[in-house]
Amino acid sequence: MSGWLDQIFVLLKRWAVGLFPEPLQPFISILLSIAPIIAVFGLLFGIVTVLERKGLGRIQNRLGPNRVGPYGFLQFVADGIKALIKEDVVPAAADRVVHFIAPFVMLVPVLLAYSVLPFGRGMTAIDFDAGVLFFFAAGSVTELALFMAGWSSRNKYSLLGALRAIAQMISYEVPLILAAAVVVMMMGSLSTVAIVEKQAVFSGILANWNIFTPWGLAAFLLFIVAAVAESNRSPFDLPEGESEIIAGYFVEYSGFKFALFFLGEYLGMFAVSGLAITLFLGGWSAPFSFLDWLPSWFWFFAKLLCFVAFYIWIRGTLPRLRMDQLMNFAWKFLIPLGLFNLIIAAIWHFVGGGLRGWAICGALLLAAYTGLGNALFKRRKWTKRTYRYAS
Amino acid sequence: MTISFIILAILVLAGAALAMSLRNLVHCALCLVLSFTGLAGLFLQLQAQFVGFAQILVYGGAVSILVVFAILLTRSGDTQESAEINRDWVIGCWIAAIVFSTLAMALLSSAFFKEPQAVPGQADARAMGHELMTRYVLPLEAVALLLTAALIGAALIAMPELRKPQGHAPDKEVA
Repeated sequence: MSGWLDQIFVLLKRWAVGLFPEPLQPFISILLSIAPIIAVFGLLFGIVTVLERKGLGRIQNRLGPNRVGPYGFLQFVADGIKALIKEDVVPAAADRVVHFIAPFVMLVPVLLAYSVLPFGRGMTAIDFDAGVLFFFAAGSVTELALFMAGWSSRNKYSLLGALRAIAQMISYEVPLILAAAVVVMMMGSLSTVAIVEKQAVFSGILANWNIFTPWGLAAFLLFIVAAVAESNRSPFDLPEGESEIIAGYFVEYSGFKFALFFLGEYLGMFAVSGLAITLFLGGWSAPFSFLDWLPSWFWFFAKLLCFVAFYIWIRGTLPRLRMDQLMNFAWKFLIPLGLFNLIIAAIWHFVGGGLRGWAICGALLLAAYTGLGNALFKRRKWTKRTYRYAS
Repeated sequence: MTISFIILAILVLAGAALAMSLRNLVHCALCLVLSFTGLAGLFLQLQAQFVGFAQILVYGGAVSILVVFAILLTRSGDTQESAEINRDWVIGCWIAAIVFSTLAMALLSSAFFKEPQAVPGQADARAMGHELMTRYVLPLEAVALLLTAALIGAALIAMPELRKPQGHAPDKEVA
């Protein structure tokens, strides 16, 4: 807990606000809370696109972008300039107003969601009492944006993509919220700041993160699967499925509006990872007490980059699911398991934790996991696949 | 009456008015969402964070999608121009007047209107949870039962397709 390094951004902001006259200070303070979020995560988006292309390239045994700047790391600048000066094509049949608004409806709620994430000790834009709920409320608006984009383009592929995206996002929002509800239940608070502060205590050398409990581990795994699906990424990238429906809901977008969708998607991915870090991985706290001297914001962003690496790895490794597999997986496996996990959390609360709690809750969770998995697979009779029309 | 209240009120009223008067049904639905969002802003202005966010989550996220899907599924995607005023507008006016007068009478006879300062602002999530789990547990359970029944009903409506003999496609599933 080295004081000034940990609080460097808070102190900098306080110093900068102090430079302005009294009546202007609230506005400057608001501006200085918002601008870094947009700048930092916008830049992170740029760097991650390059990292992703390079990572995927390595996984697929090729080099990836390596021409612009050192090791190709300035590729995103070139791409950004290209997107800005490209012609903005709007289909003649499109609903112009809705087509124009959709990218903003996609991006603004995602940016709003960042306001409740604690990036470091005392580094939260707004500390709402119902912060977790605010995050989900902001996230739920993006579904409407996808619909607006898909419908207003007057293109059957984009409409199909939008319908797929909405079906997927609504289905996976349930396990996502169930997983978060467990944490809210056990922490007794909806405020993201309070949730992190309760995890940032050490018992022995290990931090009190939620992931170090059986219900937390189960909820974390549920949350990660649902989060990948929520951000429409591989293996859940059916809404975009470029081999079937070209690019889904943003087929008819070009130039910077396309870039805005891209940005919204990546920012959504970072935001939901940030929430996972906040709820399960102790937010800005260090994992071991002897590592506590590193500044809090370092830990948050280190965890975030681990998440990004995980996402890229998953995208390079797994094939895309089929629509019915996707739906079955959400409704028949993730949601029952999420509901069961609520009961597990209650049992953990009454048993009082410790080794006994681990044994009971762990056994119950494993039994539920294998039981549900077996039930889901046994009912299907695996036969030779027959096609109604093709054969 | 602050500026933010006026802006939000205009948002809610304009959204509702446009939702009634626009010709394209999907546009109407989107304006309705605008109105819902403005309402959430009004809740937030009354320091009711939980209610406000729940309003956005439920109405802005879920109900709007439901409305939009209903429009698309019943009109098969193409948005026909619907008549702005149909012949039953007299009956509609009567129903609106009756609903409004009932609500107004109920509101005017409530304790809140007799003593406006009686209710302190207690709308945070913790207080609401306590009230729901103690005083209002019966209505909560009734709502839960209703929703479960609706869920089972929806599953039942979707079910029969499974039982129909599907020729030679045994692994066909309903998503």
